[in-house]
Amino acid sequence: MTDLADRQKLSYIAAQAADARLNVELETEGMTLNIGPQHPATHGTLRIIVRLDGEQVIWAEPGAGYMHRGYEKLTEVRTFPQVTALVNRIDWLGSFANEVPFILAAEKLMDIEAPPRAQWIRTILFELSRIANISLFLGDLGVQLGAVTPVFMAFRDREHVLNLIESVTGGRFHPNFDRIGGLKDDLPAGFIAETKQVMKKLRNFCDEIENLLFGNEIFQSRLRGIGVIPAEVAKQYGLSGANLRASGVDWDLRRDQQLPLAYDKVDWKVWTHPDGDSFARCWIRLQETREATLIVDQLLDGIPSGPIMAKVPRIIKVPEGEAWVSTENPLGEMGYYVVSKGDLGPFRVKIRSASFNNISIVPWVLRGVYVPDIISILASLYFILGDIDR
Amino acid sequence: MILAVDLPYWAQSLLRVLGGTVAVLLPAGTIVYLFLFKMMSFMQSRLGPMEAGPYGSLQLFAEVGKWLQKEDISPEHADKRIFRAAPLVVLVSTFLLVAVVPFGPDAYFTDFDAGVFYMLAVSSISTLGILMAGWSSANKYSLLGGLRAAGQLIAYELPMVLAVLGVVIQAGTMNLQTIVVKQNSDAIFGFDGLGNPYILTQFVGFMIFMIAVQAELTQTPFDMPIAESELVSGYMTEYSGFRFLIFFIAEFATAGVFALIASVLFLGGWGVPFSWFGWDAADTGSIDNWMNIVGPLIMITKMVVLAGIIMWVRFSYPRFREDQLQRFAWKVLIPVSLVNIMLTAILKVAF
Repeated sequence: MTDLADRQKLSYIAAQAADARLNVELETEGMTLNIGPQHPATHGTLRIIVRLDGEQVIWAEPGAGYMHRGYEKLTEVRTFPQVTALVNRIDWLGSFANEVPFILAAEKLMDIEAPPRAQWIRTILFELSRIANISLFLGDLGVQLGAVTPVFMAFRDREHVLNLIESVTGGRFHPNFDRIGGLKDDLPAGFIAETKQVMKKLRNFCDEIENLLFGNEIFQSRLRGIGVIPAEVAKQYGLSGANLRASGVDWDLRRDQQLPLAYDKVDWKVWTHPDGDSFARCWIRLQETREATLIVDQLLDGIPSGPIMAKVPRIIKVPEGEAWVSTENPLGEMGYYVVSKGDLGPFRVKIRSASFNNISIVPWVLRGVYVPDIISILASLYFILGDIDR
Repeated sequence: MILAVDLPYWAQSLLRVLGGTVAVLLPAGTIVYLFLFKMMSFMQSRLGPMEAGPYGSLQLFAEVGKWLQKEDISPEHADKRIFRAAPLVVLVSTFLLVAVVPFGPDAYFTDFDAGVFYMLAVSSISTLGILMAGWSSANKYSLLGGLRAAGQLIAYELPMVLAVLGVVIQAGTMNLQTIVVKQNSDAIFGFDGLGNPYILTQFVGFMIFMIAVQAELTQTPFDMPIAESELVSGYMTEYSGFRFLIFFIAEFATAGVFALIASVLFLGGWGVPFSWFGWDAADTGSIDNWMNIVGPLIMITKMVVLAGIIMWVRFSYPRFREDQLQRFAWKVLIPVSLVNIMLTAILKVAF
């Protein structure tokens, strides 16, 4: 395996050589196709410049930044509790999951820990937002490949999960619920029974999608063997989450690091797939949605009683220091590097969002594929624009 | 068209034009409302249009009104004349197709001896229109869509021709009217209670024909020319207003007309088994006059069933890739249809 710099050089040389070949031998010209920023397949404003030989991609380059909102800079003029309202908007489909690593980093700096009940509820909401996020991916996958029906099923069943999140937090997309030292509120009455029913519905939804999409021969022929990312390359490009596990790397931050969350209290499995192709990535996400419903079920059974808020001062001043906390978000590893100077707000926050790294492999993985595969590979890499541009 | 009353030539022509318009637009409207609006919605656990008219039945007119109000934009660098003509070319092919479809013993536009040949030839004109639209739009997505359409439609013309050839061999004629009469008067192994609809004896041909129709119509497993998630809208990307509407109508009208043709070729067309009423196949004059009224209704029913199947597949399948589609056409459909023709010919001689 050549290293990264060499690969980039090779890619450039290959593009030049391909152009020369096109012009001299066939007397044809390549075509530069500008996919995006406004394009139905980029769910947002991602721009991908591809150079085509007929329908084959010679060279591809993603252009991010059309939706940059400057959250890293904005956090510097907010107090610590206010930051959660901002970072909600990074990965807008699984928004509660964005708050957790930041709050954990702040708690680490202040050296406090949320009470057990708060940790369990955090984990439940974390997994619920994962389900809400990935169930929409499973539906959207169909649309990217031309099947219009699954996405409506996804919206139908995601609605149940959003209702649950709303019943706890009051917000459907942007809960802003996590607090330093605990949570804003306790669970509402009847939440546990309702959640169990919804989890059953979601498992049915997974079965439906598995039958309708994953069992479909056209679907398989579109995704199997397409966009193969070997484990080595995946690691070099810093892929994380399902994209990495689909390449056969058994790496899941929920299991591999000790955080004050309740994952070690339940019995669950990290799914991996040896193939590393688009199908593997989609399949891993399907299994993870199912696994998440099982995690939620188990967490609901064992939820401890007690307070939901630790003792924190009314005005939160985070002591001087630096902390890095990352969690396994729906899209992959999401982390916050928080630097505090002892003020009300953070001095500097670096956000490591999963999609930005996941999308960086696009020039490597798109080379040599056909135009329809661009869409299926992008769909299977699963990015959210807010998560790329922050 | 033989009518009981003598009409002057202009009145007959007017009737033909009116009849043709109805025969093209009625299937299109039926398909769009029944399947695109309602069946699709029910499959996707939603209601579909409910506001305009009872159960949204006037939604169609609302949509047409909306499209007619929109500005007719043509891109600056487009080849304007070709750009404007392209949708009409596509629609014309639909109208030309319906000209040979028989709706009843006397209810037809032309009784044409090479009907099947004409039908297969004329259906390719729409490809021309799509290629014109794709090239003249001066848009890379349109160009890719147009090229895909050309490649795909050429690849699927051949299996379609070969599938229809089986029917032609069995019927011994290319006249669509005679094919209908034959299907309703023939017998399967001496049993004439059902006639001999060719879907029974030419089932393989029917399947190939329907698959080829799906590709010809660029409906979903084969909708790469439009491919809204990849090519925005393929060859239709730059169209707006009533030119887009014409593309839209042509798409569904062609679906309806192909369903009509499939019902003529394989399901017995307008006919009922002649043995039920003691009609004589050799003498079409013996067929009762009311078949001219009932026949079109039977045709519409069969059209709805077949178009329903086309749409059902469209709503539930993902899309092939272009090279997979070509491979499927050349490596599966064409060999199978060739074998089908051989078997048909052998059996035709044997029995």
